[in-house]
Amino acid sequence: MALIKVNSDNFENEVTNSEKPVIIDFWAEWCGPCKILGPTFEKLSGEYESKMTFGKLNVDENQDVSAKHSVQGIPSMIVFSKGVEVGRIVGALPESLLKEKIDEILSAL
Amino acid sequence: MIYDTIIIGNGPAGLSAAIFAARSNLKTIVIGEKLGGQASDAHLIENYPGFPSISGFELMQKFEEHAKTQGVEIIYTRAQKFEKDKKKQTFKIMTGDNEYETRTIILALGTTTRKLNIPGEVEYLGKGVSYCATCDGAFFRDKTIAIVGGGDAALSATLYLAGIAKKIYLIHRRQGFRGEPIKLKNIKDAKNVELVLDTVPTGISGEITVTGLKTRNVTDNQEKQIKLDGVFIEVGSTPTTVLAQELGIKLDEKGYIKVDPAQNTNTPGIFAAGDITTNSNYFRQVITAASEGSVAADSAFKFIREKS
Repeated sequence: MALIKVNSDNFENEVTNSEKPVIIDFWAEWCGPCKILGPTFEKLSGEYESKMTFGKLNVDENQDVSAKHSVQGIPSMIVFSKGVEVGRIVGALPESLLKEKIDEILSAL
Repeated sequence: MIYDTIIIGNGPAGLSAAIFAARSNLKTIVIGEKLGGQASDAHLIENYPGFPSISGFELMQKFEEHAKTQGVEIIYTRAQKFEKDKKKQTFKIMTGDNEYETRTIILALGTTTRKLNIPGEVEYLGKGVSYCATCDGAFFRDKTIAIVGGGDAALSATLYLAGIAKKIYLIHRRQGFRGEPIKLKNIKDAKNVELVLDTVPTGISGEITVTGLKTRNVTDNQEKQIKLDGVFIEVGSTPTTVLAQELGIKLDEKGYIKVDPAQNTNTPGIFAAGDITTNSNYFRQVITAASEGSVAADSAFKFIREKS
């Protein structure tokens, strides 16, 4: 399970320049649903390791990145391919539904 | 493996039922999607005895920890289908990946947030449209927002957001509010809240994020366009009864599961507890849900004992 920590400084390197698609979980310490999502997201990072990179971005510490991507509700998971947003999932979904949505986004790539 | 009871839902009712079921030595699992259900989204809960003031999420974490200390396994997924095995007198519950067999079921599915069903609502979710003031309020610091609703949740959200946003329009389809009077008084005292009464929202517009809300006054049909950055929707909730309907369980005219004082539904072996039932007079509190959960677990215990 490899969850990368994404921030304003490494966004270009980790997301824009990534060969694989990257899914970023925009979250914050004070957000209950984000904490609910956390363990599921981490688990899926292992399952999808070969297809996709999983990262987390703290919206409090990186307000510039959240604003740039118009994140106004958390948890929001944005899927980037070559730095371009190709899908967005909002809310703490249970594992099965989250997988469905991720698969749907990946299959459209 | 046949479980004694499977509890569907991991909010206050489900987790309380789990604690009591486990302590009655019932082989128990909980299948749930969202820890704490609606209670998790409450900014502060100040009426659950023993906790003068605690965030909804934290209180629900404590419920879960408590259930786990009793040895209850909690499976985070959606129960998708039910089947009744008439011969064996058991039920089968299907999730996406697995199948579970059980002697009894406790339905503690709670309620689902009600939507407005207006244009833009789905499109701008997470981009200015929110159903959770405590989750998303921080993105609207010094911004202009609307809160839609007239119940207690709408008033709570308004008070919470009044300390964050620059300007709030509280939009309500009637004149009178159903929420706690003390909250309404505090809202009227807040300088940055404007009440927009007898008014319904008809459309959310925006570019990348929300920029406006269209409204209609229900008395004179006049339409207005409000310029704003966010819309918080707090128009109540409806019982989550899709699964119950599949099982042929009787509901009342509002869609809540009809139960007797022992939390029995009309189907032997299936019990229901919490906000989804008719038992707490639609009061929908953590304490009433927890109480119904404990009774449901006891009824499941007695049901199994009588049969064996």
